[in-house]
Amino acid sequence: MSGPSPRPPRAAFGKLLLNEARMAWRVPFGLLLGLGFPLLLLVIFGSSPKLTRPIPGLGGQSYFQASFPVLVGWTILALSCLVLPQTLVRYREMGVLRRLSVTPVPPTWLLAAQVVLNIGLAAVGMALLLIVGRAAFGLALPKDIPGFWLVILLTITALFAIGLCMASVISNSAAARAIGGLFFYAMLFFAGLWVPREMMSMPLREISDWTPLGASMAGIQNAMTGSFPPLQSLLLLAADAVVFGYLAVHYFRWE
Amino acid sequence: MSPALDTDSNTAITASHLTKTYGLVKAVDDVSFSVREGEIFGVLGPNGAGKTTTVECLTGLRRPDSGSIKLLGRDPSRDHDALHAVVGVQLQASAVQDRLKVKEILDLYRSFYHHPADVRELVDGLGLGEKRDAQYRALSGGQKQRLSVALALIGRPRIAVLDEMTTGLDPQARRDTWALIERVRERGATIVLVSHFMEEAERLCDRVALIDRGRIIATDSPQGLAEKVAGGKRVRFTPSRPFPDALLTERPEVKSLEHQGRHVEVIGSGELVNVVILTLAREGIEAKDVQMGTANLEDAFVRLTGRLLHDAGEGPTP
Repeated sequence: MSGPSPRPPRAAFGKLLLNEARMAWRVPFGLLLGLGFPLLLLVIFGSSPKLTRPIPGLGGQSYFQASFPVLVGWTILALSCLVLPQTLVRYREMGVLRRLSVTPVPPTWLLAAQVVLNIGLAAVGMALLLIVGRAAFGLALPKDIPGFWLVILLTITALFAIGLCMASVISNSAAARAIGGLFFYAMLFFAGLWVPREMMSMPLREISDWTPLGASMAGIQNAMTGSFPPLQSLLLLAADAVVFGYLAVHYFRWE
Repeated sequence: MSPALDTDSNTAITASHLTKTYGLVKAVDDVSFSVREGEIFGVLGPNGAGKTTTVECLTGLRRPDSGSIKLLGRDPSRDHDALHAVVGVQLQASAVQDRLKVKEILDLYRSFYHHPADVRELVDGLGLGEKRDAQYRALSGGQKQRLSVALALIGRPRIAVLDEMTTGLDPQARRDTWALIERVRERGATIVLVSHFMEEAERLCDRVALIDRGRIIATDSPQGLAEKVAGGKRVRFTPSRPFPDALLTERPEVKSLEHQGRHVEVIGSGELVNVVILTLAREGIEAKDVQMGTANLEDAFVRLTGRLLHDAGEGPTP
């Protein structure tokens, strides 16, 4: 039979992305949790004289300076493992993905739009932390620039793979909120939000090194102070990306 | 490409020997039908009869365990993207992003197609014009339903598959939707209408398949089914004096005759009322208190299954 070109118009992806962005603005859960909250903490830490003083236990860094990688990790983690899976699980639950699967546009496009949007928001969040931290509070910028971006890239890939994997195996919104929330706080704990990694006792520090966000912190901290990120961190993040990416693709269900 | 089907260019949909089992339940059991291009084809039956599973197989959401389906020569489970460019679907249990406004949703879905329909015309035809700025989550059930019909038609589909499209609509909205479907048909589209609503099928469908417990029990035009299965027309009257049954039952239009006390009920087809009155008049008998009725699809369904459409699920199981 003859017919119109089987490929859907490419502009459809732009429209999907635009509309997902509109909704992120209308329900600013992701904006507040992923961008607003870490920025607020940065401002609080940066304005406190006690927290901007160098501390011997932190290798002469201030608590403010040491918390910067954790806040970057927070931004990526919130958007990849809270916002993304909750949105996708809800779309599946409501039948949004089912509806889309009877149009010429495959539902993978909506997934892709969500991933692109949240990575974009994470990038904006990181830029805000860097710019505000530097301009207002004299944050020391990373010394090993390629190392810094390499860790950031791997962190984004690994955490978004984990987020997509959550979206694949979790079947309802309540579970997505509970599991996502638990994972979020556990990861931030091991990343050193409450107890800086330098001050963690040995088994705790050891565990931290093997968590995705802990590995990411080790890498970012190295890059901040001028050495290339440890190979173990880079390999761990890459392995997380591959394993969870595979699981996400393998277990994803449209309804 | 399926040369066998393309030889008959007037066939839009062919389903042959579809079977789909969930656990021990045969949701669809050896279902076959074909739909001509430009036809409105109804799939009618009670809840749980297998209508939705049939639709899901037609639209590629489920792969049947056995049997084959071709829409415009294409296999829905293989040719997904190409098929959905020309097949519009309205599903139950589906939704759109709920924080989007109606106009944004329409604009989004419009962008999925190369030659979309005129959105204004569609929206006005479905009475959604005033709701363009409302978010999806603020719509009533009936408004969501109408939007979902709009989304099924927004790509100017050559085939539209509509599952329970007027469920939850008030009578006026229902009639507006029917009028819209008739306009879509005039454009030459083929429509598969899944319903358990007899009046809808009688008004819109060229042919209907009655489906019960996963099987098609009859396929014909609504009138044909009503006449063939349920006897067609009924005339009830009180004769001015008794007469031999044969007087009427000899007539080809008359199928059966029954005495109900002083009344007589005749079931048949064609110009039944005229036949009854004129035949009796020739013998000098007057038919008083004449009441006429038409058997409908509902009667046909009852006759075929011994159960009512709406509560067939609760009926006695053989």
